[in-house]
Amino acid sequence: MRSIVTLSLLFSTIRLATPLVWAAIGGLYSERSGVINIALEGLMLAGAFTAAAVTFYTHSPWIGVGAAAVAAAFFALLLGVVCIRFKANEVVAGTGINILFLGLPAVLSGALFLSSGSTPQIPRDELLPAFGQLSVMSIVAVLLVACTQYVLYRTRFGLRLRAVGENPEAADAAGIRVHRLRYAGVILSGVLAGVGGAYLSIGQSSLFTRNMTAGRGFIALAALIFGKWRPVPTMLACVLFGFADALTIQMQGVVKLPSGEDVPVQFIQMIPYVVTIVVLAGFIGQSRAPGALGVAYDKES
Amino acid sequence: MKLELRDISKRFGAVLANDHLNITIPSGTIHAIVGENGAGKSTAMRIAYGFYRADSGDILVDDQVRDIRAPLDAIALGIGMVHQHFMLVRPMTVTENIVLGAEPGSAVSLDLKQAAAGIRALSAEFKLAVDADAVVDDLSVGQQQRVELLKALYRRAALLILDEPTAVLTPQEVEEFFGILRRMREQGKTVVIITHKLSEVLAISDNVTVMRDGKVVGNLRTNDTSAAELARLMVGRDVLLRVEKAPAKAGATVLSVRDLSIAGRDGTRRLDKVSFDVRAGEIVGVAGVEGNGQTELVEALAGLLPHSQVAGTIAFNGRDIHQLNARRRREIGIAHVPEDRHRRGLLLEFSLAENAILGVHYRAPAAGGLGSALLNTRAIGQRAERVIREFDVRPPNPALPARALSGGNQQKLIIGREFELPPTLLLISQPTRGVDIGAIEFIHRKIVALRDNGCAVLLVSAELEEVTALSDRLLVLHDGRIAGEIDPAEATHEQIGLLMTGGHA
Amino acid sequence: MKLFRELLFPAIAVVCAFAVGAIVVLLIGDSPVETFRLLLGSAFSWPDGIGYTLFFATPLIFTGLAVAVALRGGLLNIGAEGQLYVAAFATAWVGITFASLPSLLLVPLCCLAGISAGAGWAAIPGVLKARFGSHEVINTIMLNFIAVALVGYLTQYHYRIPGDPIMETAPIGGAAHIPRLGTFVPGLPARIPLNVAFLLALFACWLVYVLLWKTKWGYEIRATGQSPSAAEYGGVSIRKEIVLTMAISGALAGMVGINEVLGYRYRYYDGFSDNYGFTGIAVALLGRNHPVGVIAAAFLFAVLQRGGVPVDAFTQHVSKDIVLILQALVILFVAAEALFRRGNRGQGALGRI
Repeated sequence: MRSIVTLSLLFSTIRLATPLVWAAIGGLYSERSGVINIALEGLMLAGAFTAAAVTFYTHSPWIGVGAAAVAAAFFALLLGVVCIRFKANEVVAGTGINILFLGLPAVLSGALFLSSGSTPQIPRDELLPAFGQLSVMSIVAVLLVACTQYVLYRTRFGLRLRAVGENPEAADAAGIRVHRLRYAGVILSGVLAGVGGAYLSIGQSSLFTRNMTAGRGFIALAALIFGKWRPVPTMLACVLFGFADALTIQMQGVVKLPSGEDVPVQFIQMIPYVVTIVVLAGFIGQSRAPGALGVAYDKES
Repeated sequence: MKLELRDISKRFGAVLANDHLNITIPSGTIHAIVGENGAGKSTAMRIAYGFYRADSGDILVDDQVRDIRAPLDAIALGIGMVHQHFMLVRPMTVTENIVLGAEPGSAVSLDLKQAAAGIRALSAEFKLAVDADAVVDDLSVGQQQRVELLKALYRRAALLILDEPTAVLTPQEVEEFFGILRRMREQGKTVVIITHKLSEVLAISDNVTVMRDGKVVGNLRTNDTSAAELARLMVGRDVLLRVEKAPAKAGATVLSVRDLSIAGRDGTRRLDKVSFDVRAGEIVGVAGVEGNGQTELVEALAGLLPHSQVAGTIAFNGRDIHQLNARRRREIGIAHVPEDRHRRGLLLEFSLAENAILGVHYRAPAAGGLGSALLNTRAIGQRAERVIREFDVRPPNPALPARALSGGNQQKLIIGREFELPPTLLLISQPTRGVDIGAIEFIHRKIVALRDNGCAVLLVSAELEEVTALSDRLLVLHDGRIAGEIDPAEATHEQIGLLMTGGHA
Repeated sequence: MKLFRELLFPAIAVVCAFAVGAIVVLLIGDSPVETFRLLLGSAFSWPDGIGYTLFFATPLIFTGLAVAVALRGGLLNIGAEGQLYVAAFATAWVGITFASLPSLLLVPLCCLAGISAGAGWAAIPGVLKARFGSHEVINTIMLNFIAVALVGYLTQYHYRIPGDPIMETAPIGGAAHIPRLGTFVPGLPARIPLNVAFLLALFACWLVYVLLWKTKWGYEIRATGQSPSAAEYGGVSIRKEIVLTMAISGALAGMVGINEVLGYRYRYYDGFSDNYGFTGIAVALLGRNHPVGVIAAAFLFAVLQRGGVPVDAFTQHVSKDIVLILQALVILFVAAEALFRRGNRGQGALGRI
């Protein structure tokens, strides 16, 4: 067991938590404004694919990240229009976006790279930089959380965003443009989730493969709920999930059954998902969601 | 500030809410707008506040035509509005709520200290005491209303529109509130109150506009008119302001409640050792401002609260029913007309027929074939038609979705459904909220008739006039306890008001 | 008029989805006309076109019904994928383990196993929601991953024939096979996998219709989906309804195993599902959560799926993933129609996370 608890576990945790933090904080902006964003998974995939493809062509990871943010923001805007303007059910629409990104990257990849499975490999020096094992994106993630904490509670934008998510009618009566703020929240969630996805493809690995997020967008959402929609607790929840994931990887090949054989890889693969279910079941009752979360604002109804 | 609505019209789908309205509100006066529910009063004022845009017509502020497209425009002109259902962000503080939309400081930094200072100044000037750092959710309704007023004043409102401001106040608080209004008038503000309470109109306003069915039917000086005239204008015919009923012939005790205590989900005490009886053939009324435990009382009696939250004895015809769930309670004869008909009482997308069997859908006659698994469409239709006929539900089409009906007709459907049981005990809460006057009279008559047939009735209402007119015995609930029991025929509104605020008769 | 409106909106959604899909194809550099001709054209030939299309439609009807029933009860079941995998494996397991039983016993037993497994797997998120309030969307998705891993493990370590490189179990007993429609439809060769399960799917549609609108259980499910507070007032136990609705939903999804294992491959084949669970969502939404609509929508998507193969083969750039894109667009357009459907957003127990 001792061989598991090493410094590499720490770095592993940080590495695996990073995309979760980006996506979860993105989700925070959207949900605090009252729009359920279940499409974090799809938006991350959008970011991951765009980053991999653009970086391959431009040889610059930063342009890749930028493009990823823009692409994901675009689809987040689409989600926003469908939900805010057309008052669609946010969970259904978000699921639509997720399904879209089961297929769209493959089609585009097939067209651009003649391979619908994955994009071509990107050379090491064109990936997102890191200080040893610590990626730049991880550091920026922490700054992001601190920044969000400030924005949410100490700026005009944050106050209005929260008001819109709790009681849009009250905000409207106070003269605030409810829809505009909601769009802002949703688009921000796209930008951040897209960057989180970009980190997956050009930070943590070196290419994009089909469905490489493997449920991380949902785990990020679970972390957001666990963190009671507040920036710092959400980050800590992401770290917890990252830790579970890291433990999973460390355990493969190390932990043995009593018989001496390896634990079948499938059981280890299950762990992060089981952890998510357990965490969600244990803590959601105590979580107080933004008051108007999931309720479309329609003045004339 | 003088406000004038000229030829304002507004349509919502098939409904013409405002029909060429002409209303003039002189500067520095207290102006009342009265009408029944659905008359269009709130709509008209919401147009003035920019919440809605009129289809045609003009709004004139100080004799100049203004284009008010959003609340921001109205606020900029100096118009403020306090809505019937408070527009407060509950988890935020008083200060945050008041400055929302006009926050001091820069775009990157809120200056809440400056805000708090400004609020304290206003608070002193108008004698509206509030704790600037309190969380709104922790405040009483009266305090929340003060926050709402401060919100408008903070934005420098010269004209305040108040929508049903006294709905949530006890008679004593209403007097205090009137004092605040008079102070505002002294300071040169114009006040518009939207209300349906004629006694208050006569007490506080300088002028009154009466609306009916989307039109203005009268613009009068308050001193020149009377309650009877106003009521007649509101309804279009002479109105019975009292209910005619014979004295009760009370029989055996049907419901016996002893030391009933209810805890809320957050652990607070909602009801504290309440004891009372209801006998067959009598109407026991429960008066009190909403939020003093009435909702929980009725839900507990109906079996809709989790067992863990309810302590004490509830006995029905001598038998302890604490363990019985809502379904079983209905089976033994306890009917329940809920206070929130949209949330509890109806399935809005279901047809009238399907709504007519809500609560009895799982047993005969609604469920028949195949071991009572299949629904018996014919029996359901017959039941629905009977309810519709006997309770004058319009339009009388059982296939319509419930949402197509007006509030009054929806309420009649629910009441008809519950009366069909037939009940031994009727729990009925806010029976005529949002219901037009014609239906109110009908419903009151039906309740009295049910009583005369030997049913025990527990009537909860925040409308003092209704609960004093209908009840044979009257309990007043305050802060989760019974503040007192009185004879409604003899008590004055003042006495009841005292009890409602925790004083003694 | 209402029927026309009910038909019009899904039709508009499909047209819009196709329009956007055409743009995507154009952007990739292929001809939309050619792509759609391939996509739709191969579905209607006899016997192969119709035969395969109806065969593909069968699992989609099952998952479409599953999602539709759940939505009627106010729940969004994204876990049909995991439920059908667990069910298919259970079906195969009974077919392998009890292979010596006669057909009359074995086939119903296999079916029952599949249905129960699907119901059970779906009941888990149902219980989690009823008991803890955790949202079924996240839990069902998590359980999808867990199901795939679990079933993969069982196949790889316990039920695979040693030496077989393909991830599949041993074959089920011959007595468990259900007949292909080719054995009694003249002109339809038995090599086409369209089997009796298709008829079962149609029967299931009728059953769901009766359940939802003609029984008291259906009334309670629909009431809970429409307004849990009103249903509770009417004496319905919301917790019970959530679990019951999910279980029925899972049972329907589980029937996919009957088509796949008993009627086609005669074994459990890892990864056999071509996104049936997710497509089921599009089918249910497009079909307005009504059994008749589900049949029509399932047929449409089956046509697309059948067309996906030639699209993959005969176009330069487009792969059969275009079908997924079309599905997603359909979902988005159907969801957006909420604006035009006055009133009912079908929220109920749905919506809050």
